[in-house]
Amino acid sequence: MTGTALLFLVLGLGLVAWIAARARAAAFVRQAKAGPRGTVNSLPYYHGWFVAICAVAPALLFMFIWQSISPSLVTNMVLSAPAAADLPQEGFARAAILSEARAIAQGFQVTAFQGESEKLVPLYKSALSYYKWIGVAATLLLLFAGGAFAFTRVKPDFRARSKVERVVMFGLLVASLIAILTTLGIFASLIFESWRFFSMVSPFEFLFGTEWNPKSVVTPGADNGYGAIPLFWGTIFIGAIIAMIVAIPLGLMSAIFLTQYASATVRKWMKPILEILAGVPTVVYGYFAALTVAPAVRDFAVMLGVSNAASDNALAAGIVMGVMIIPLVSSMSDDSIAAVPSAMRDGSLAMGATKSETIKQVLLPAALPGVVGGVLLAVSRAIGETMIVVMAAGYTANLTANPFATITTVTVQIVALLTGDQDFGSPHTLAAFALGLALFVTTFFLNYVALRVVKRYREAYE
Amino acid sequence: MSNATMDPTPTDWNGQIMQKRIARRYAAERRFKAMGFFAVFLSTLFLAFLLFTMLGQGLRGFQRTEIAVDFDFPALTSGTTAASISGPNADAALNSMDVPGIVELAVGQQYGNISEGLLTTGAAGNVRQMLMDNPSLVTSKQQLWLPVDSRLDVAFKREGEPAAEKIVSTLAQKGTLRASFNWTFLTGADATDPSAVGIWAAFKGSLMTMAITLMLAFPVGVLAALYLEEYAPKNKLTDMIEVSINNLAAVPSIIFGLLGLAVFLTMFGMPRSSALVGGLTLALMTMPVIVIAGRNAVKSVPPSIREAALGIGASPVQVVFHHVLPLALPGILTGTIIGMARALGETAPLLMIGMRAFIPSAPQGFTDATTALPVQIYLWSDEVNQGFVEKTSAAIIVLLIFLLGMNALAIYLRNRFETRW
Repeated sequence: MTGTALLFLVLGLGLVAWIAARARAAAFVRQAKAGPRGTVNSLPYYHGWFVAICAVAPALLFMFIWQSISPSLVTNMVLSAPAAADLPQEGFARAAILSEARAIAQGFQVTAFQGESEKLVPLYKSALSYYKWIGVAATLLLLFAGGAFAFTRVKPDFRARSKVERVVMFGLLVASLIAILTTLGIFASLIFESWRFFSMVSPFEFLFGTEWNPKSVVTPGADNGYGAIPLFWGTIFIGAIIAMIVAIPLGLMSAIFLTQYASATVRKWMKPILEILAGVPTVVYGYFAALTVAPAVRDFAVMLGVSNAASDNALAAGIVMGVMIIPLVSSMSDDSIAAVPSAMRDGSLAMGATKSETIKQVLLPAALPGVVGGVLLAVSRAIGETMIVVMAAGYTANLTANPFATITTVTVQIVALLTGDQDFGSPHTLAAFALGLALFVTTFFLNYVALRVVKRYREAYE
Repeated sequence: MSNATMDPTPTDWNGQIMQKRIARRYAAERRFKAMGFFAVFLSTLFLAFLLFTMLGQGLRGFQRTEIAVDFDFPALTSGTTAASISGPNADAALNSMDVPGIVELAVGQQYGNISEGLLTTGAAGNVRQMLMDNPSLVTSKQQLWLPVDSRLDVAFKREGEPAAEKIVSTLAQKGTLRASFNWTFLTGADATDPSAVGIWAAFKGSLMTMAITLMLAFPVGVLAALYLEEYAPKNKLTDMIEVSINNLAAVPSIIFGLLGLAVFLTMFGMPRSSALVGGLTLALMTMPVIVIAGRNAVKSVPPSIREAALGIGASPVQVVFHHVLPLALPGILTGTIIGMARALGETAPLLMIGMRAFIPSAPQGFTDATTALPVQIYLWSDEVNQGFVEKTSAAIIVLLIFLLGMNALAIYLRNRFETRW
């Protein structure tokens, strides 16, 4: 019996429990209505839910726990068998044989590449089925015990509703806690893997080294080519400089035009069109940048007389990324301009200033904090953007300010390092997590500051 | 100096200097407005250019070039009858018939020295399918149209390699080439030859991933939104939940990929590049979007509704699940669709969990190795073969149609069900 089948069986039995309990409750509700008291505490379906939850919840919890502990129990059982005694003691080879034998026993793999694993397959098969049936039996036992216990409590004066509502409230709290769990999970996994990385490569080299040419075998103390400065520079150059040179003027001016000058009809049509720009997947932008924009930029550079212009240049990636960011800058500017009290605007216009003078000298200075907050969010979005740079910018680390050269970024290198073999102990894989940590901390900081700035600014005018 | 500031004569607004100054200010005004218009125009132009480029290249991807091949079936198959390749044993009979050999022979007889590499790799499969659908073909001479190799396909549609161009021009003169709709592109899977590729496998993978994402992110997101808006007490824990959700909504997507790699693949040992892991990873990413949209929708339900329900004796849980949630649902659904559209277009986290392998068949279950539509686009964009350019653009068109459709549905729902209280 597979896990999915057991899951459906449990849920099906839960449904049976629901129906049975509801029918029993409905019977005494009918009786009570005919009798002198005329009412019962809870409606029949609350009784149904109570019994169903009591039956299914412990069974599902047990299934989940069993799913996570049974693999190690299986491995222990296999290792305690005499046939496993002559396995190699060395960790990596041993783990490879064990995982292959398990894969064959579970039917994921057909043939063995290592001779030793062939012998372990029957052992694994018997161990797997042994623990599987223990799990199935225990799950069903829990289900029937919980259901039977709850069913005996279905009585006219039983407060099923308050019990069910308590479970619902608990469920709501758990759902909200998943957000915290995810954040903690991100933090923990990034910090844990980075810690392993920094035990091999010194953090000093990583943060201040200027040569990025990662070696797969590291020697402590020596220079291993893990200097991330070129990556940080490339990320800033493409995401925070080139993209912003495109996005800030276009986004800001679009917002000004649409809110201050355009007629209602133009606004009604143009706003969704700008929003489409934000909805186009990044992989499409990346393809467009690599296929159309990058060759055009290179031709332009050659026309200017730049001889060493690369086809995967930083400028193309930056421009396309800037276009992607336009809607974000535009909508943030829109919000902050709209939040400026209309008295300020009317006062300026009444003094005889033209519309553009009002905008430049009254609205924009007043809206500046909001706009800055929006730009910070845009920068955080740009430096975390992956597909555009992966497809349009290059893989070679280059510490240069020449926009026609190939420049790589943090996200590109994360993708590059995790491509190919993903042995989880190698410095290559771990370096990706260290880069991820740097990216996470930076974007977290930028978002935090941006949200603070925007919030402060809103409060100032409210 | 004091004379000038105290000058009692009024400003001569009609004087030349003032008129000039006003003209200058008005010119600046016009320039500023023009700049604004230019910004909007440039953004729209870029979008139009992007869509136009994709359409221009992608529409060719839905087309394929076919070549007429004469099959003298009675001679080629030494008199196989229609009855022998129909019925329950058709599969085995066709297997023993050596269809690839027959196709090679037929093409060789007709096209002689250029027959090498004329047809695409899947052409024999096409012939087999035709015989399967219509066994009576085998009893007579037939002319079948079969897809050509990608080199010739490219050369027929636009500029290709010189050698291929030469072959195509001779064939076109004979009238044995034609363009037809490429059904394989909609029903097939990834292949090494661009004229045999299809997006169905990637699309199915995307659908399965999205199903997992929706199943996890929607309930959790709605419940969390209800909790935060309706029940959460003001305390440290609630603050932490709010900060986490706001932060998660802005975390780069690639970080979620790293989380999926470290937690789902390495810690829990889930199957690599499966729809299950992809869906889990994207669910974590989509959940905050749904929570934020859900909170706004719940917030917009007026308090009078809650008070009225409480007033006639509903419990707090009944108030929320019987009254607030149904009224907020259109807003929540709109947010969910937008979040799902974003997840559907997401590539980077899926690359992190290993969804970049060559997958030549559609996934059968949630734990099978699969690929997703955006990932397939990325993989094809990396191919050197010229034939992949139009396939990539065609896949992009399919993806964009779905995304625009989802966004349009969200806008429709918003307009249809939005209630002004």
